[in-house]
Amino acid sequence: MTAEILSLSLQLSMPEIILAVGSLALLMIGVFSGDKSTSTVTGLAVALLLVAGLWLIFMPGEGEAYGGAFMLDPFARFMKVVALIGSITAMVMSVGRAQSDQLDHFEFPVLLVLSTLGMMLLISANDLIAFYLGLELMSLALYVIAAFNRDSIRSTEAGLKYFVLGALSSGMMLYGMSLVYGFTGNTGFDEIAGILSSEPRHMGLIFGMVFILAGACFKISAVPFHMWTPDVYEGAPTPVTAFFAAGPKVAAMAILVRIVSEAFLPILADWRQIIVFVSIASMLLGSFAAIGQRNIKRLMAYSSIGHMGYALVGLAAGSETGVSGVVLYMTIYMVMTLGTFACIMAMRRKEGGNVENVDDLAGLSSTKPFMAIVLTALMFSMAGIPPLAGFFAKYFVFVAAIEAKLYALSVIGVLSSVVGAYYYLRIVKLMWFDEAQGEFARISGELRLVFGLSGLFVTAYVLFGGPIGIAANAAAKSFF
Amino acid sequence: MTDWPILSTVTFLPLVGVLLLLLTREEGPYGRRNILNVSLFTTAFTFVVSLFIWIGFDNSNPGFQMVEKHAWLGTGISYHLGVDGISMLFVILTTFLMPFCVLASWDSVGKRLKEYMIAFLLLEVVMVGVFVSLDIVLFYVFFEATLIPMFVIIGVWGGKDRVYASYKFFLYTLTGSVLMMLAVMAMYWQTGTTDITVLLKYGFPAGMQTWLWLACFAAFSVKMPMWPVHTWLPDAHVQAPTAGSVILAGVMLKLGGYGFVRFSLAMFPLASDYFAPFVFTLSVLAIIYTSLVAMMQDDIKKLIAYSSVAHMGYVTMGIFAANVQGLQGALFQMLSHGIVSGALFLCVGVVYDRLHTREIAAYGGLVNNMPKYAVAFMIFTMANVGLPGTSGFVGEFLTIIGVFRVNTWVALFAATGVILSASYALWLYRRVIFGALEKESLKGLLDLSAREKLILYPLVALTIFYGFYPAPIFDATAASVDQLVNNYSAALQAAKDLALNVH
Repeated sequence: MTAEILSLSLQLSMPEIILAVGSLALLMIGVFSGDKSTSTVTGLAVALLLVAGLWLIFMPGEGEAYGGAFMLDPFARFMKVVALIGSITAMVMSVGRAQSDQLDHFEFPVLLVLSTLGMMLLISANDLIAFYLGLELMSLALYVIAAFNRDSIRSTEAGLKYFVLGALSSGMMLYGMSLVYGFTGNTGFDEIAGILSSEPRHMGLIFGMVFILAGACFKISAVPFHMWTPDVYEGAPTPVTAFFAAGPKVAAMAILVRIVSEAFLPILADWRQIIVFVSIASMLLGSFAAIGQRNIKRLMAYSSIGHMGYALVGLAAGSETGVSGVVLYMTIYMVMTLGTFACIMAMRRKEGGNVENVDDLAGLSSTKPFMAIVLTALMFSMAGIPPLAGFFAKYFVFVAAIEAKLYALSVIGVLSSVVGAYYYLRIVKLMWFDEAQGEFARISGELRLVFGLSGLFVTAYVLFGGPIGIAANAAAKSFF
Repeated sequence: MTDWPILSTVTFLPLVGVLLLLLTREEGPYGRRNILNVSLFTTAFTFVVSLFIWIGFDNSNPGFQMVEKHAWLGTGISYHLGVDGISMLFVILTTFLMPFCVLASWDSVGKRLKEYMIAFLLLEVVMVGVFVSLDIVLFYVFFEATLIPMFVIIGVWGGKDRVYASYKFFLYTLTGSVLMMLAVMAMYWQTGTTDITVLLKYGFPAGMQTWLWLACFAAFSVKMPMWPVHTWLPDAHVQAPTAGSVILAGVMLKLGGYGFVRFSLAMFPLASDYFAPFVFTLSVLAIIYTSLVAMMQDDIKKLIAYSSVAHMGYVTMGIFAANVQGLQGALFQMLSHGIVSGALFLCVGVVYDRLHTREIAAYGGLVNNMPKYAVAFMIFTMANVGLPGTSGFVGEFLTIIGVFRVNTWVALFAATGVILSASYALWLYRRVIFGALEKESLKGLLDLSAREKLILYPLVALTIFYGFYPAPIFDATAASVDQLVNNYSAALQAAKDLALNVH
């Protein structure tokens, strides 16, 4: 490796390097000044993520780095920016709740930065090894922060559950990778694709691919690998849940898109069946299982399972429109989810602290009208009702599915979105039709900002969404 | 005035009212009055501006007029507006009914007046938007967006079972429309465009037409509503506040009819021809069955709701007769029904505001102390029956003629519906208005107030005017309807020729 190639690699991976070096520095600051430095470290962590994001947006340069293991293309750039926005927002939202959820240790922001670094490596991974390393870096940090509230049984249970199941899925995935390596002799995505398109495929390779897809589906919490989601969402402290629902999902979806549209594109017919099945199962389970939920975090867990199903509809198409639909879907999904979690974190009684029951939202429109309007817009958007952003997200994935002639998938998908609309409507109904039973405490500024921006996004997308759609199209061009 | 974007102006003008309302406060001595005045002024002004569409409309031009087109969202979808003879009058109908809705809510809406008016103004935006869109995705966005304000209107300001009714309304119509969304996408992939003007000329392959027709039918038949998917309508009507019922019956049902004309008939002629007997069957069933059901109702609003379903049966029948009379009749029937059924719900609102019950049995003998009300109610009842000299007659008569040219049996059964509608409507009128004034609760009722006169008298005048002189409406629709019918028969003829050549 000559100096020139090395410097190019460094340049392409500069945001990751910023985060890696920065997180170590933050760790030092934390260790030497103790817990009293938490707020400083949090502020610096946000600044780090911002710098990394700005670098990604403004610094040109695309290509492969580190001998093809790392790839920076428009797709990676777009998804990384989305993941970074998710992480920054989740971190900002956590500030107000740090004390009550015992998140006020300096390790917390450092772990979030490390997890974000994992996401970015994952999004850029262009090789099975890089894929695995990125995934583990992201997940290990997530296991710890799920259990961060050590005194809460639910939080530790969530962390343990997530860890055990996550380790299982990582093991399966690693096994799959070894199979793929064994049958193709390569770990690079491009090389795997080259071999798959020139030779008849082996059954063993399909096994390997299934295991890899299973691992990725675990991370995006698609059925049938979704079991951890409701428990972890409910058990983990709410700021952590918000973090889980945003960046990691985006990153895991990105790698799923990349591996099937790059490495396994020649065997599209094989993986399409899997994705179609997972997608249908996720949409149906996400819609039906959420109906009975009383805890709003569990409800959001099932809702996110459903949303992953819709995003996979676009992936199943296996085309440029499909990938562009997935990219757009994940972006809009993340904004809606963060806004909703900001609302959930604002559900705090003056006495009695935080509440998590759906019924606690009753009569919100008379006690907190602004929050009620935003949450209403978010719920209708999640249900996919135009003119809100969620409709356009669904529109573009289903357009791709229709184009790929996946009619059964499309019909099941839109019908399950009607079922899903039922529980989103229930929240709207509680806020507007029912009488208030108590008032929430004053909402902190940062939460107001987050859900305000999110509400603005879903309502104004119809006017100003064009550039986002164009960027998503450009991102999808990376593969086709 | 020629390059002024009049359609966008009319569509989005109510948003100005929404902004003003957001700035007002409901509390305080003048809060309520300000809100009402702003809403009334906005809707009235929108109506006046919308009249310029009619004035500037060229009756001899069958194509789309006042077209506006801009790229939108950078994905092939365009912001494309325009009206032709079929859609133009629906825009006027919508803007015309809105001030009456505001007036009807003057005293009856007690809580959250500001939100109520905002919901109505938003509803006006999206309803006008449906009629003026010339892009299927834009059409779909507006079509679906009507659900949100209506859901809230029924749910917050509705009657006792409002939650059930609002859910039923929302989920029923959503189920229908999501299937249409898939049809929209399929049309996009077949043609590469979402532009309605291009799609109208495209000529879809016969096999595809069947599926697209069925998907669109799912959406429009629920919205219309046709038997047997009409069951959401009585619930929604009964629970909705008066103004909500007026809009539901007056405009929202017409979204379905408009969709049938614009999409099903114009874009899928072969499938429309194939499915016409099916539609006739459902229409006749709707006319006869729901008329019988209406007769047995003991709730005034429910009775009118069922009669709406029956009247929409004439509309669907007329549309799929696919000749000039049937189509003209269907369009006229929709416009006339918009006025008449809206007026009937307003009439119900008048007595409901006084007595707070919709039970027919609670009334009787109102003619003695409410003579003016009795006259107005009678005229609308007669129009509902389809008495010659009222606007209701013209539409029913033409649709029956239109269908007679296609299928005499259907016309026969549909004509019996006229008798049935006379029996339920007159019976309702007798039970509410005539008889002795015996009930204590009714004796103190006052006749129409000035505001109520302002609401009902213009509608009375219009009902009679269009009963005697329907020409302004036919003049506007004729050119577009002729073109549509010609294209339709040309498409059928082409398919027939093709089949002959193959054999």
